[in-house]
Amino acid sequence: MKMNLSHFEAALLFSLFVSVVLGVVTRNTDRERLQYGIYTFICFLVALFGLGWLMYLGHG
Amino acid sequence: MAAKEKEQKQPLPPLGTWAPAVALGWLVPGGGHFLLKRHGRGLLLLVAITSMFVCGLAMRGYMFQPQSGDLLTTLINTGGFVGDLCGGVLYLLTVAFGYSQVDVPGHVHDYGTKFLVTAGLLNLLAMVDAFEIAAGRKN
Repeated sequence: MKMNLSHFEAALLFSLFVSVVLGVVTRNTDRERLQYGIYTFICFLVALFGLGWLMYLGHG
Repeated sequence: MAAKEKEQKQPLPPLGTWAPAVALGWLVPGGGHFLLKRHGRGLLLLVAITSMFVCGLAMRGYMFQPQSGDLLTTLINTGGFVGDLCGGVLYLLTVAFGYSQVDVPGHVHDYGTKFLVTAGLLNLLAMVDAFEIAAGRKN
């Protein structure tokens, strides 16, 4: 079995797994954990799209 | 100031209270949480970390081996090896069954390598969380 993912798919999968773990280990209540996990995932997405556009525009 | 001093001088709890949870947490991702009866969180950690590791393997990621040489080579390979090692039983099984891949160029392999190391580092975070729960510093 071999996974062939694009940059976007791999980064999205990476963001998802890391957000789940960070959400679980960093806060004290379940509600806070859920909120923090979603917040982290959104931050990853913003960075992903932001850096993607930056590289696209910087490349010319 | 007083609160800061109190926080700094927290004594280390007895070894028997946290060592089994941390050790099991290293061996099985989320295992420490299961031992401490945090089943939901343990399951989330188990699924997320194991999935990340398996995805890393499926992308044919490279497992680091400690190497000496110039500073950067030593730092990257030793750091990567420690990260891989933190994967616990996932790392041990991968090495035992010969699923460890050679380092080849390509963005998918490169992502795979990062997935493998990050899965180990996330397991390290889960171990620290298990320690804090076992020590009574966190719910």
